Amino acid sequence: MVSDLLEGLRRAVELIISGDLSVLDATLRSLYVSGMATLLAALLGLPLGMIMGSREFPGKSWLRGLFNALLGIPTVGLGLILYLILSRSGPLGALGLLYTPSAIIIGQALLVLPILVSFTANAVEGVERGIKDLSKTLGASEMQASLTVFKEALPGVFLAVIAGFNRALAELGVALMLGGNIAGLTRVLTTTIALETTRGNTELGIALTLILLSIVFVLNSAANLIKERLWS
Amino acid sequence: MSSLMSLHDLVKDYGEIRALDHVSLEVEEGETLAILGPNGAGKTTLLRIMAGIEEPTSGTVYYKGTKIGRRGLARLRMSCTMVFQRTVVFNTTVYNNIAYGLMIRGLPKNKIARRVDDALNLVKLKGYERRPAKRLSGGEQQRVALARAIVLEPELLLLDEPTANLDPETASIIEEAIRYMNRERGTTIIVATHNVFRMGEVAERAILLMNGRIVEEGLVSDILLRSSLAGFAVLDNVFVGWAEPTSSGTSTIDIGEGVKVEASSERRGRVTAVIPPVDIIVSKEPLESSARNVLKGRIIEVSEVGSTVKLKVEAGRVFTVQITKASLKEMNLNVGSDVYLTFKASSIRLL
Repeated sequence: MVSDLLEGLRRAVELIISGDLSVLDATLRSLYVSGMATLLAALLGLPLGMIMGSREFPGKSWLRGLFNALLGIPTVGLGLILYLILSRSGPLGALGLLYTPSAIIIGQALLVLPILVSFTANAVEGVERGIKDLSKTLGASEMQASLTVFKEALPGVFLAVIAGFNRALAELGVALMLGGNIAGLTRVLTTTIALETTRGNTELGIALTLILLSIVFVLNSAANLIKERLWS
Repeated sequence: MSSLMSLHDLVKDYGEIRALDHVSLEVEEGETLAILGPNGAGKTTLLRIMAGIEEPTSGTVYYKGTKIGRRGLARLRMSCTMVFQRTVVFNTTVYNNIAYGLMIRGLPKNKIARRVDDALNLVKLKGYERRPAKRLSGGEQQRVALARAIVLEPELLLLDEPTANLDPETASIIEEAIRYMNRERGTTIIVATHNVFRMGEVAERAILLMNGRIVEEGLVSDILLRSSLAGFAVLDNVFVGWAEPTSSGTSTIDIGEGVKVEASSERRGRVTAVIPPVDIIVSKEPLESSARNVLKGRIIEVSEVGSTVKLKVEAGRVFTVQITKASLKEMNLNVGSDVYLTFKASSIRLL
């Protein structure tokens, strides 16, 4: 067992060093798909989180609770629901999105949206209450004052985006259900790991896991560094 | 002098609570006005309305003769600014904090740099430009807040308890900057404070606010005398007593309950004596010093105020003393501790 693992590691390093095409393909697609998903979710989630964190409106606490609950949604469950919606006989079947990268992007965007909304709302709420009044006494308009509040919340918002990207990159359920793991089209790191390992191709699985771990590690270290540089 | 701001019959309700109760006030251009009163009297609410960040429930604000409604608000906020009691700084450098309002006004970069530099000099924070504002001490942050306001060269500067909870050194830097703005730049200044005599030296005119109403209006010293019964229980160490001159050019003041203190000026008759809480030294044993006043008492209340601690000491009359948290800890003082209060004759101000 241990020797299997070591052998797997050795082969994995070889695969990575040799620049194996299937490894590169899955890696780049993972980055692209999860990056787009996070971007999409941010476009919707940041303004939503901003509003939820700074305004009072009826149903607000209910909505906050909903997004908080959705933080823990099982990826495969979300994948299944979206599969049913996007499959040929489903309500959006006509779009022909199932088993395309776009389907994964949409699915992952929905998956990480609650992270972006809840974290952003928290960050905005965490901004000192006096900031808005302060900006106004210094001459800021309502709009400029809101922008200042958002700027103050940026470290938290940044964290939200990173956390969202992490979740998208590391999830399996949505990518598997909506992408179908088609080689060269919808294969991403996680789906390849799952498939190759069940097919007995353990070395490739380990190689891809190593890559996935390195990406997550490098990304988070870089994010931490940037955060410290900019905001402390 | 002409009127800069005039308030007509302001009322402000927060739900059931009436924070301001029919307040009318004229503020003259170039004057320094103190708003006195205990905590919860409505001082902050009044300042916030004047700063244009709070709307009165009813009543009208005129600025330079123009009624301030939704429309005049932007112009009001451009000409007048406020420094809050609880210091808030933007999460960025000291420079960017101070430059904020100038950037909003779209000033060119070199002009901003020059004015920020001047403001930093005034509050004695030169060299702090690149420091993250959040990492500064409370006193330094308060100086940043003041610099951020005066850099705008406002017509009207509103200050909410600018020296409360600050060490005496920082407090005097801030007072000096305020005086400079008033004298050299002609800035009209309104200071809200519950500590009458710190600002008593800065301000000429004062109003006394109690429960949202103006109960006294006039010169600071007159207000202190006139309202000795009405309001001054709420101020620290204000005693009304009878002064008798001594042979050495000082006077002894009987402040009641058998307590006599010595003040450095020669007076006779009814006086109001004020002793700054920071000028009183607390010790467990009697001190050998040149200070003329030593009283023995017992601590009856300890309350934390920012980085300092307020002690109420029963020594015939109740005295308020302000010390640092560190000294409280070092001396291991508690409610019930017996202490000696020592202060110089020159620390007593007679009004």
